[in-house]
Amino acid sequence: MRKRQQRLFALVRKELTQMLRDRRTLGIIMAIPLIELFIFAYAVEMTVDHIPTAVVDMSQDDESRRLVEALVVSGFFDVDVYLNSEAELIHALDAGQVRAGFVIPPNFAEALQRGTAQVLVLVDGSDSFTVQSGYSAALSVTQAFATDLMLQKIDRLGQDVGGVPIESFTHVLYNPNMDDMVFIVPGLGAMLLQYMTINLTATVVVREREMGTIEQLLITPTRPLELMVGKMVPNILFSFLAMMIVTFTGIFWFDVPFRGNFWLYVWLTLLFIVSGLGMGLLMSTVAQTQKQVQQLSQLVAVLGLLLTGFIYPRPPMPVAIQAVGGLIPLTYFVRIVRGIFTKGVGLEFLWSDVTALLIYSAVIMTLAAVTFRKRLD
Amino acid sequence: MSEYAIAADGLTKVFKTRGGLVTAVSELTLHVQPGETFGLIGPDGAGKTTATRVILGLLRRSGGHSSILGYDSMRDTYAIRERVGYIAQQFALPADLTVMENMQFFAHVQGVSPRQQKQRIPDLLAFAGLGEFTERLAGRLSGGMKKKLALACSLVHEPQVVLLDEPTLGVDPVSRREFWHLLGKLRAEKGLTILVCTPYMDEAERCNRVGLMVNGRFIAYDTPKAIKRQVNGRLLEFTPSDTPNTLALLQNPSRLGVDGILEVQTYGAMLHLFVDDPALRVPQLTAALSAQGITLDGLREIEPRMEEAFISLIRRQEEERVDGKRLSVVGTA
Ligand SMILES: Nc1ncnc2c1ncn2[C@@H]1O[C@H](COP(=O)(O)OP(=O)(O)OP(=O)(O)O)[C@@H](O)[C@H]1O
Ligand SMILES: [Mg+2]
Repeated sequence: MRKRQQRLFALVRKELTQMLRDRRTLGIIMAIPLIELFIFAYAVEMTVDHIPTAVVDMSQDDESRRLVEALVVSGFFDVDVYLNSEAELIHALDAGQVRAGFVIPPNFAEALQRGTAQVLVLVDGSDSFTVQSGYSAALSVTQAFATDLMLQKIDRLGQDVGGVPIESFTHVLYNPNMDDMVFIVPGLGAMLLQYMTINLTATVVVREREMGTIEQLLITPTRPLELMVGKMVPNILFSFLAMMIVTFTGIFWFDVPFRGNFWLYVWLTLLFIVSGLGMGLLMSTVAQTQKQVQQLSQLVAVLGLLLTGFIYPRPPMPVAIQAVGGLIPLTYFVRIVRGIFTKGVGLEFLWSDVTALLIYSAVIMTLAAVTFRKRLD
Repeated sequence: MSEYAIAADGLTKVFKTRGGLVTAVSELTLHVQPGETFGLIGPDGAGKTTATRVILGLLRRSGGHSSILGYDSMRDTYAIRERVGYIAQQFALPADLTVMENMQFFAHVQGVSPRQQKQRIPDLLAFAGLGEFTERLAGRLSGGMKKKLALACSLVHEPQVVLLDEPTLGVDPVSRREFWHLLGKLRAEKGLTILVCTPYMDEAERCNRVGLMVNGRFIAYDTPKAIKRQVNGRLLEFTPSDTPNTLALLQNPSRLGVDGILEVQTYGAMLHLFVDDPALRVPQLTAALSAQGITLDGLREIEPRMEEAFISLIRRQEEERVDGKRLSVVGTA
């Protein structure tokens, strides 16, 4: 027992010393999440508001005026121009006088009563940010009016007018001001952490094998499980530190409110880290070189971006694709962090995802432990 | 429980590769007495490393048996790992730890108490001549110092048996001699049992007994002296005025009209020639060669060394395999 502790302690200390000695890698590990956070943040802040807007109000009734008011109040549209026809509006868009326009057909109030009201939105298609933000802003404003929205994108090149399918995002519910940072930051931290844990763990294990140092380690009384724990502990430490840096930067620099229980967040973050380490260990049994580790972990990162609900909502995805996403722990953790961070809910709402993550960690750790051998072959 | 420090009986290791099955070790039998220094000698790819790894339990065996200090290589893996020291062929210590950190790491992992470490580590570092380099990163040491550090680390738990896989690979001749001097001290002072893999014949001479390994099996297994006696004939050494021509003639002695020529080996510009009876053959040979315009310089009879014995034995083995009687040449530097 004493010897086992001594071995474990020595292994952890060895890994820590090696990690701390490799200053450059360590710096990159700690800095990258932060850099990516800022890049994402400022990319997201390119959400366009105060779009110069023209309105063609053919109704001139109370409801139509209320709609225009709502557009202005949203902060996304500055309505400075009133025009008389769609043709004039297109001309104004082409001239670059305005970047968006609304056409409210006659008898808007009546149509609204019947539930058949339609508003035509025209957005300057030369700027995709304007299209995106203008469209989603218009959608959220007009939703209140139970209005069918027809979007037309006017390309500078001609009259290519096409509709864009309407989709509403659930985050609008909790994020009514369209403040994307609130949506992005918690998930982003989780995603970066996922990449880091997998990559870091797989790399240290594969490097040991590549350098041949594993042979000299195996010939000591060290048990495979001890080797595994020795590699995990420093990684948990550094991953946790990176996550906290991202979290606090999100809270204090980007003013993302933290509504839930911080300790719950800490414990579940640790659980998530463990699941990622397990995945990294498992990956190291497949990858033979550090290069292969990079490629595999990038694959997981891309899948994480696409399939886990970090950016694209999962429910519309085909079941098979959802199942693939379910193999990535981020899927569960994205819901958990958003739940705690943004909605401020506790275990009573998160238990299914927490249970999934627990089972996931247990299974993957067992698998990883089985693959850690006491021999070279 | 065997009384041998290291034992292998019919030990076999087959690798499954994409190209099919590779038998790296084939029915190897060896017994090393406590305190003995045993040499596993053989050319590249003979299977020395594989045999060592299987005996240590680092690789699964495909057949046969092996044990160290009576502990079965497969079953009692950890009992063995607590009691033996091992130096892998490639430098396998963490290169980004210092000399001292390496020593302490292996001491802790081997369960050496901090109190014992305080005494033992400085002793070992001094013994290995690394006392001044404790703060240097292992990866920055010279080749010879790396090997000495590996030796010091492998001794930190005072093992009774050490297995050294080409411990002087890539080390200059002076450091090689120093390294063997260290091993000699360990043998004398601690009665350490040593199994050493090496392709160097001069190192083979330093062992109590050696096994000559070719293609996964022993072609000879005895003391160096007895192995040298297995060689047929007696050995002449000389430098001919025209080496390539002389070599060609000696490989086909019927053309020369001299009988009793058993084998010829190159040795740099010199030739080593095994003959049945030097007193009879030297005059015949000198005459036959001078008729071809070739003079022989520094002709003398020498004692065969392991090197000549080894080449001769390998060749005999090959000839038996192809069942031909043609003399071929295996060159050495
Ligand atoms: N892991 C492996 N998988 C497949 N074949 C292997 C493996 N390890 C060794 N071999 C093969 O087994 C044979 C013996 O190799 P081994 O390394 O034991 O020889 P060696 O005597 O130590 O040679 P060297 O002096 O080059 O170290 C070689 O043909 C080698 O290619
Ligand atoms: Mg070898």
